[in-house]
Amino acid sequence: MLLNYLKITLAVLQRRKFFTFISLFGISLTLTILVVATAFIDHLIAAGYPEINRDRSLYIWNIKQKDTKNDGQSSGPISFSFINTYVRSLKTPAKIAAVSMPSTINIYLNNHKLNVRYRYTDSNFWDVTSFDFLEGKNYTEQNIANNDYVVVINDYVRDEYVGKGQPAVGKMIEIDNVNYRIIGVVRGCPITRIHVSSDLYFPYNTSKADLKKVDLRGNFAAIILPNNLSDIPKIQTEFNVVASKIKLTDKGDKWFKPDKLFVSADSYITSFTRQFKGDGEDDGVGYFFTIVLGIALLFMSLPAINLVNINMSRIMERASEIGIRKAFGASSKTLAMQFVIENIVLTLIGGVIAVFLSLGVIYYLNNSNLIAYIDLSFNWKVFSIAIFVSLLFGLLSGVYPAWRMSKLQVVEALKN
Amino acid sequence: MIHLKNIEKVYRTATVETVALNNINLSVEKGEFVSIMGPSGCGKSTLLNIIGLLDEPSKGKVEIGGKYTNGLPDSQLAHFRNQTLGFIFQSFHLINDLPVLDNVELPLLYRKVSSSERRRLASEALEKVGLSNRMKHYPNQLSGGQKQRVAIARAIVGQPQIILADEPTGNLDSNMGNEIMDILTTLNQRDKATIIMVTHDENMAKRTHRLIRLFDGSQVS
Repeated sequence: MLLNYLKITLAVLQRRKFFTFISLFGISLTLTILVVATAFIDHLIAAGYPEINRDRSLYIWNIKQKDTKNDGQSSGPISFSFINTYVRSLKTPAKIAAVSMPSTINIYLNNHKLNVRYRYTDSNFWDVTSFDFLEGKNYTEQNIANNDYVVVINDYVRDEYVGKGQPAVGKMIEIDNVNYRIIGVVRGCPITRIHVSSDLYFPYNTSKADLKKVDLRGNFAAIILPNNLSDIPKIQTEFNVVASKIKLTDKGDKWFKPDKLFVSADSYITSFTRQFKGDGEDDGVGYFFTIVLGIALLFMSLPAINLVNINMSRIMERASEIGIRKAFGASSKTLAMQFVIENIVLTLIGGVIAVFLSLGVIYYLNNSNLIAYIDLSFNWKVFSIAIFVSLLFGLLSGVYPAWRMSKLQVVEALKN
Repeated sequence: MIHLKNIEKVYRTATVETVALNNINLSVEKGEFVSIMGPSGCGKSTLLNIIGLLDEPSKGKVEIGGKYTNGLPDSQLAHFRNQTLGFIFQSFHLINDLPVLDNVELPLLYRKVSSSERRRLASEALEKVGLSNRMKHYPNQLSGGQKQRVAIARAIVGQPQIILADEPTGNLDSNMGNEIMDILTTLNQRDKATIIMVTHDENMAKRTHRLIRLFDGSQVS
């Protein structure tokens, strides 16, 4: 019977080429956008170069202080001293790295201006990440202790500043009137690796800012690497205890006297979703995914409604066939099932087209310079989401027309 | 075999009520070949549709093979049509997207019959109507007479006890019409099929065992 359904499906698709084209165009375009968006979200969330430990790391970067009496709040990245005082007091983690938020600066060479991003980090940064060193090595605790003015650059800066593929280690680079010795060259990573991407990495001893200044807010993030996955809840609990003991100091601002503080050691995604919910207590993951799912469903529903319309026209066109099938023993249920299967086949064909289109778009994005170093991938996760979405799409647009079709009276259907 | 008791069919709209059948009482015995005649709009096809469970009467009871069919749920009606009835329509009602063999297989598709068995039975049915050389053709590649033969093959492939033919020769010339009547007569005589045929043609009706005449929805003879 399934073979018969498929035969009919293909015949119907061939018979009305324009409808088929419109249907497949709508389905495949929608799915392509969804698949590419999924690949992008996957790229944003999942572990990837150079944050291959992201899935088993914790992030502390935002601290929120609230003045419940005056209904005020202040939030932003944590300070370097906060990391040293509170985060480094944790006993469970294997490594704790400090990395500043990115800033930009111009470097000049032969009247050629290069706008680059830079960060300050500690030496642990190179242990919690897995950068590919094309040349040289990272700075160590010893370099920091010696107050060495060294820098790790990425291949983009090397190619622009030293020459494409030319050796750079040992060369001096002048940045903001200060000379730095290039100690290593890493393969760059896309800007979407929010906590680690940069063109230049300096050891924190070279920072002009007063990193010893005691303050909760600053310009840094902490990346915590546990010994193993099972340590994560333990570290979170340990940090919550530490955070609960932090004393809020009165800075003499009469309009803002914080009496509550929120800061958490979160997984990568939670460290962002927590910001959506405002009060800092809710991790916001459910909220975030509800919004994403809602947008995806809304986005899918428009072509689905269009497909329902097209399907309704197809049903009227096929009323005679429905009457014939009923006359010879097809029940309403069987016919509804046939139509849903036909629609699922149609959407799966659209899904297959979307897979190829998505591969093309992903290939283009990866190879164009729209986002430098971006590495979107069409992996099994994205593929299974695409198939699931195809089936959902098929069901969404097929069930109602199928129900309407199955309710057609035989005599009326045969008159068509 | 078939018993209709006090059958009425009324079509109602907001303003008009049309009586299509009025107090029809009819019995058809097993193996009979009955024709129904009457002017256009007298209710012949409506009566055939009610016998074929394609339409429901407004009043009255339909009994086929000892079973009352009024109010049966959709799945049981579908099963009953599939097992007991075979239809032949004036305008053939073949599925143009399917080749001849698949069209003939259609009733078997809704039974638990294997694909190879379906092929075999459909081929046999086509052989009976002399169209075994047209199995892979599509309906729009056939003449009117050939299409009707395919429709007959489809009606008989599941060996139903009752064949209902709604003006089976209405769209054919007299030669083709006679050929179709020959096939129906053979089915009745050789296979003992019970046949009820609606027709406008007196000559065709004369070839059946019994003639029922309708006028304005009522049985007149």
